[in-house]
Amino acid sequence: MRIVAALKQVPDASEVRIDPERGTLIRDGVPAIMNPFDAYALEEGLRWRDALGGEVIALTMGPPQAEAILREAISLGADSALLLSDRAFAGADTWATSTTLAAAVRKLGNVDLVVAGKQAIDGDTAQTGPGIAASLDWPQVTFVGRVVEMTSGKLVAERFVEAGVEVVECPLPAVITVLKDANVPRMPSLRGKMKARTAGIPCWGLADLGLSEKETGLEGSPTRVVRIATPETRAGGEIHRGSPEELASILADLLLGGAGR
Amino acid sequence: MDYRLSEDILAIRELCSDIAARHIRPIREELDRENRFPAEVMKVLADSDLFRIYIPEAYGGLGLGSLALCVAAEELSKVCAGVATTYAANALGAMPILLSGSEEQKSRFLPGLASGSNLAAFALTEPDAGSDAGGIRTRAILDGDSYVLNGTKQWITNGGEAKVYTVIALTDPDRGARGASAFIVEDGAPGFSYGKKEDKMGIRASATRELVFEDCRVPVANLIAREGMGFMVAMRTLDNSRPGVAAQAVGIAQGALDEALAYASQRRQFGQRIDSFQAIQFMLADMATQVEAARALTYSVARMIDSGAKRFEKEAAMAKVFASDTAMRVTTDAVQIFGGYGYMKEYPVEKMMRDAKITQIYEGTNQIQRGVIASALIRESASKDRK
Repeated sequence: MRIVAALKQVPDASEVRIDPERGTLIRDGVPAIMNPFDAYALEEGLRWRDALGGEVIALTMGPPQAEAILREAISLGADSALLLSDRAFAGADTWATSTTLAAAVRKLGNVDLVVAGKQAIDGDTAQTGPGIAASLDWPQVTFVGRVVEMTSGKLVAERFVEAGVEVVECPLPAVITVLKDANVPRMPSLRGKMKARTAGIPCWGLADLGLSEKETGLEGSPTRVVRIATPETRAGGEIHRGSPEELASILADLLLGGAGR
Repeated sequence: MDYRLSEDILAIRELCSDIAARHIRPIREELDRENRFPAEVMKVLADSDLFRIYIPEAYGGLGLGSLALCVAAEELSKVCAGVATTYAANALGAMPILLSGSEEQKSRFLPGLASGSNLAAFALTEPDAGSDAGGIRTRAILDGDSYVLNGTKQWITNGGEAKVYTVIALTDPDRGARGASAFIVEDGAPGFSYGKKEDKMGIRASATRELVFEDCRVPVANLIAREGMGFMVAMRTLDNSRPGVAAQAVGIAQGALDEALAYASQRRQFGQRIDSFQAIQFMLADMATQVEAARALTYSVARMIDSGAKRFEKEAAMAKVFASDTAMRVTTDAVQIFGGYGYMKEYPVEKMMRDAKITQIYEGTNQIQRGVIASALIRESASKDRK
């Protein structure tokens, strides 16, 4: 199995601030971490690699400092890592991001599975995983709470959806996005940490991926964030007590706009 | 203090600290209360390569040496000395094979210990032979291609949980300590059984049991070094393991100091934080100074061993004495700073004080250590006089 774990470096959720002028996240001075859902994605990749053999490649797109989460992935057991970084990638929305990640998966070649987290905790879109699948024209299984089976040709996974559990069979190659139910991420190993410190991590830019500037970054992004605002805190509700008859009367008055309280 | 630790050792410290926070802290109170062996934590330590630290690379280890092991033991001990003892006792059990085993024995046993799939234990103490290790009575009699062992070992850490035991027994009782030999006994050997699990004051997560040998047959291939070398093997083992006990003590003391500092900044009496009182401040200052001094001495001895020093029994004994006396004093003071709360089991310093006590006792009581230090001093002084 050749598995790509698609990871994202995100600002630590507890310390995020928003630039009111530009409507974007202020990342300066905020500690960066591996997107929590992606830790489960990486673990899922590692488990199937451990069970079936093969390799896990940790992949991210981001500024040069995003390399930190790739080293973390290696310390956890990823066999290698790949950084996609280029000024031309800056300002990408989920479309441009998934186009870029998909191009890297295509160039890596012979990839059987791309695993990503359900969503990133900064944008919360849950679109990049599906976007990679769409861009590659591969099947996708999202909201995976458990991967039941994996062979060289197919996987069976349980999607934890609101109505219950959907069991989906899907041919490989495919893209899956996982929930925190999928597994319990392991601790790094000492050998992993030692390897992570010295591992060479290649960096691919626009030219390496054979993409044009029109397909990546801000230019390749069909969506724009117009405004980010903090929702107003809703005022607390009213609590009424009384017999069902009294309450029904109060409610009817309220609904009719009456003042008969 | 910045000890200029290598990147590998810093990685060990970070890893042990993360494991302690995630896998040990949440269960340490339960392990202590239930007297429960932390098998699941040992699995995490194994998967994280922590049993590889002290095993040479040729046998599946990382060959990182004594200081690396000390830092790991210290970091785990900050959170739970019971778990740390269980971990460090493996190094103690492996030490006779590491230091004196044959190539064949090393290849046979060390890879399993490095991966953590097998735990190890060291067995010297007997009911009537504690400080007087020369007084052991367990017999080993050669019979064909095996030795037949009879006797009882007492208070063996990891007893019943380990797969590999290094056991000291007499092959020639008439020669006293020079008639002792070291053997590798595997769990499941015929005639080898375990006594009851001890109910201890502290380090209750660690398993302490009696080992019982009744006509237990051990292959000749499991004799370490030669007949008669057992006492020397045991003493070399203990010289090498003492910095590890010192490191545990440093960790326990640091853990208690951290708790005391945090508590003193929260607790208010007479309308102010108690860490604003000089009485508390001076206690904290003394505790921190003692912990740092113990750490500095421990690391220095470990570095001396790693640099290939031939003799270090005096220095190893000094580190063990100083660090364990420090741990006892600092944990007692931490309980004092917590006041009535410190005496309650809801707060961790009570356990730390119970855990600290063993470091003054095991792997040679502090009285025996002082004896070791004094004999070395007198010997060194006499050899200077001769020159």
